[in-house]
Amino acid sequence: MERIPILRMGHFLLVTIQVDLYDQLAENLESDLVHMVKKTQAKGVLIDVSAVSIIDSFMGRILGNIATMSKIMDAETVVVGMQPAVAITLVELGLPLKGVHSALNVERGMQLLHSKILLDQGDVEEGDDDDHSTE
Amino acid sequence: MEQWSSNQLSNDGLRDDLISNEDQLAQSDELLTVFLNTLTEDNLDDTTSSDFEKVIDILSGISISRAKQGFSSQETGVYIFSLKDALLTVLQQEIKDPTLLYAQTLKVNKLLDSLSVITFETFIKGREEVILRQTDEISEISTPVIRVWDGVLALPIIGTLDSSRTQVVMENLLQEIVETGSSIAILDISGVPAVDSLVAQHLIKTVSATRLMGAECIISGIRPEIAQTVVHLGIDLSQIITKSTLASALKTAFQMLQLEVVKKNREKVSGSRI
Amino acid sequence: MIIVLNKDSMAIVREQDVVPFRNRVKEYAVKMGMSLVNQTKLITAASELVRNLLKYGKGGQVKIEVVNKGRDNGIRLVFIDQGPGIENIELAMKDGYSTGKSMGLGLPGTKRLVSEFNIESTVGKGTTVTIIKWKNG
Repeated sequence: MERIPILRMGHFLLVTIQVDLYDQLAENLESDLVHMVKKTQAKGVLIDVSAVSIIDSFMGRILGNIATMSKIMDAETVVVGMQPAVAITLVELGLPLKGVHSALNVERGMQLLHSKILLDQGDVEEGDDDDHSTE
Repeated sequence: MEQWSSNQLSNDGLRDDLISNEDQLAQSDELLTVFLNTLTEDNLDDTTSSDFEKVIDILSGISISRAKQGFSSQETGVYIFSLKDALLTVLQQEIKDPTLLYAQTLKVNKLLDSLSVITFETFIKGREEVILRQTDEISEISTPVIRVWDGVLALPIIGTLDSSRTQVVMENLLQEIVETGSSIAILDISGVPAVDSLVAQHLIKTVSATRLMGAECIISGIRPEIAQTVVHLGIDLSQIITKSTLASALKTAFQMLQLEVVKKNREKVSGSRI
Repeated sequence: MIIVLNKDSMAIVREQDVVPFRNRVKEYAVKMGMSLVNQTKLITAASELVRNLLKYGKGGQVKIEVVNKGRDNGIRLVFIDQGPGIENIELAMKDGYSTGKSMGLGLPGTKRLVSEFNIESTVGKGTTVTIIKWKNG
């Protein structure tokens, strides 16, 4: 059974989608990711779609699911590298893609995740000894 | 042939500014030769005969090129009518028998009329092609994407924003975002005459698409009338950053990028941070 | 007056048929010189409809035709199934995405992606969806 590889980058997980996701593969990805987030205590998930030329409502649902599941496990999701034609089509299609952040590339995606995590931590750890205070 | 040429030359509609007399002569010669060669006793009656294909081709060619060169439809039509006149004159001279003359005249008349209809049709097609080409050009020119700063793009949108313009705007903008790695796009709509719910929808779509690319949009150039219309129509722009001028949009962009514009010569005027 | 320049068809029976189908549509679109954005819209629309075909129509057939109307060239896709049919087409064509619910059949969104959209369905007999994407549509 094919499975999409999930890479670990520090506190984040990186998934690069390079093949057309059909049902079984997509379900496997969702479950694999959720387990990995739990296992690594990851704070963020980056999904690289730069090689994806078609995102239909099925794929959109998967992305939304991943974002929701990750959020429940306290991780943020960022989709990176979306192709312009795909972005235009998605907007026309009317897919809401709830809870999914976007960035131009992996580097920006990581910056975004870092800033999101700082914000969250700042909110929660107010009375802590930690350095992460809100500015 | 001679009859026809002298007809054309004496015609007021002759546009020798658009086409030299020699070219005109050459064109006419070609048309006439093919026409006369094609004409036989049989197809004189049948205007839709496939024998006339070559004639129609040449005629269409002449018509379209004239349309592109700027001839009026009347002038092009007159071109064919003068041929008809010439033919009929020649017939008159050649055929003495009135009944036969009448019969043949009718046939020639009908034939040339259908040819002139074709002339008009192709003329219009030629003009439509010009219009289409110009529309494309206008679309191209009127949606420039300007790099105003590192990471900041500005799009002055001028004219009505219909769905095809929106497509062009979105494509150009997103492409520039990828190429420049910009994270902020300022859409200036001071040149958009009216903003109704449809236009607002197009703007919202553009903003959404930009966000999917990881960039943010600021809409500037909102005139008071537009603000009123938006509120009266119940359009929700609360999810979009809006500014009244491009300048304030740029200021906001700098803030978002955590950039500061500082005046030189700080000793004298300390608080001049923009 | 629409003229059919080329006819092709594919049977869609299993999930594995989806990707080859999408690739075939892309081939035709590229050959015609369709812009990338229009290609993407067409193939995305096709993807939506073919999934419906599989999921609700229990499989079926898709006709892929290259067509011409006047000066425009385009691609026409006809999705035919003998499934249960759609009871209320009007309801299915209503935009429900803003309520955040699932996409359902995704028809209103799909319609926005193409130049022409037509759907016919009889309960108990089947559904036929026809879409056309003009090259410059």
